Amino acid sequence: MSFINYASREINCKIVYYGPGLCGKTTNLQFVYQKTAPDAKGKMISLATETERTLFFDFLPLALGEIRGFKTRFHLYTVPGQVFYDASRKLILKGVDGVVFVADSQDERLDANIESMENLKVNLEEQGYDLEKIPFVIQYNKRDLPNVTSLEELRELLNPNNVPEYEACAMTGEGVFETLKAVAKLILVDLKKGGA
Amino acid sequence: MFASQSSFVMYDEEFKRINVAIEKLLRESNAKVIFLVDKNGQLISAVGETEHLDTTSLASLTAGNIAATGGLAKLIGEKEFSILFHEGEKDNLHISIVAGRVILVVIFDQRSSLGLVRLRVKKASDELGQIFKDLADKAESAEKGGGTQSPFAEITDDDIDNLFS
Ligand SMILES: Nc1nc2c(ncn2[C@@H]2O[C@H](COP(=O)(O)OP(=O)(O)OP(=O)(O)O)[C@@H](O)[C@H]2O)c(=O)[nH]1
Ligand SMILES: [Mg+2]
Repeated sequence: MSFINYASREINCKIVYYGPGLCGKTTNLQFVYQKTAPDAKGKMISLATETERTLFFDFLPLALGEIRGFKTRFHLYTVPGQVFYDASRKLILKGVDGVVFVADSQDERLDANIESMENLKVNLEEQGYDLEKIPFVIQYNKRDLPNVTSLEELRELLNPNNVPEYEACAMTGEGVFETLKAVAKLILVDLKKGGA
Repeated sequence: MFASQSSFVMYDEEFKRINVAIEKLLRESNAKVIFLVDKNGQLISAVGETEHLDTTSLASLTAGNIAATGGLAKLIGEKEFSILFHEGEKDNLHISIVAGRVILVVIFDQRSSLGLVRLRVKKASDELGQIFKDLADKAESAEKGGGTQSPFAEITDDDIDNLFS
């Protein structure tokens, strides 16, 4: 749920990166962090295990600039992808304005992607959201690897509603900002309609 | 039907009243810093010695903390834990929930005490609760009266693209 502050003329929105374990959610945020000017970002917080798996969430606040005299801020979160952290994922989805689903393109992760997408739907519904109605984009990550599923197949299985989709290699940053811009844009368009 | 997820809106008048209330709490409880955070982790306001504090991070972690303990509460059959207290070597954190949806955080050191903070927070919570109720009423009546004119109603695709240039 966006927070519009008329007193300080700010608008805050929350974006959540969702997807199976090791698909590259944290890597997306790390790349955004590295490539953003110091005055446009806050600290990146990662609550992670000793092996760098996300334990609760990553958090990265971004200040994008002004629209009509309002400072626009986006709060980026990642969920922990490992299946048994479901309780935490539900908490992080609270108040979400837009979702990025990061798919792992590797063949052997196809089932994990489908399961995670299903899990996203269920968890959103529990909070009263409908995945088909909220700002939503999909990123097919790890396109640099040799053993990837074809785009056509990924699309068919994960993107039946034809939401904006991007190929990416989060490690090198390819597709990372395109994905972020797309979801941010959908959120702002939603606000424009006054429906958010 | 899915509940509509409307924005959380803050107006000038209530923002001022909130700041007056937490400034007063800051003085009366001898605290160092006080901040208010929306349950989703967005900072509403902060007063006191905030210059060297990363209030954005604090807000997000506080909300995460409340969300996690709220989850714990449910698991053991409680509604929520309305007060959390973290004791440090120098500074302590007193976290409480106001009006069901806003988190009030008080940072204090040996110049104050848990008893004093508790007492003052309780008093201030009633006042803050009233302000947030007024705010909710205002937002609701604005919505009924033909919907608030969103400040973004007029934005263009160019405006949005410019954000990323
Ligand atoms: N080859 C390749 N590796 C990637 C890419 N993106 C991420 N990785 C690697 O995949 C591993 C997992 O990435 P993370 O970003 O930690 O994954 P995550 O989705 O946050 O995982 P959880 O926190 O467990 O949910 C790391 O070793 C990354 O370097 C990519 O585009 N290509
Ligand atoms: Mg991670």
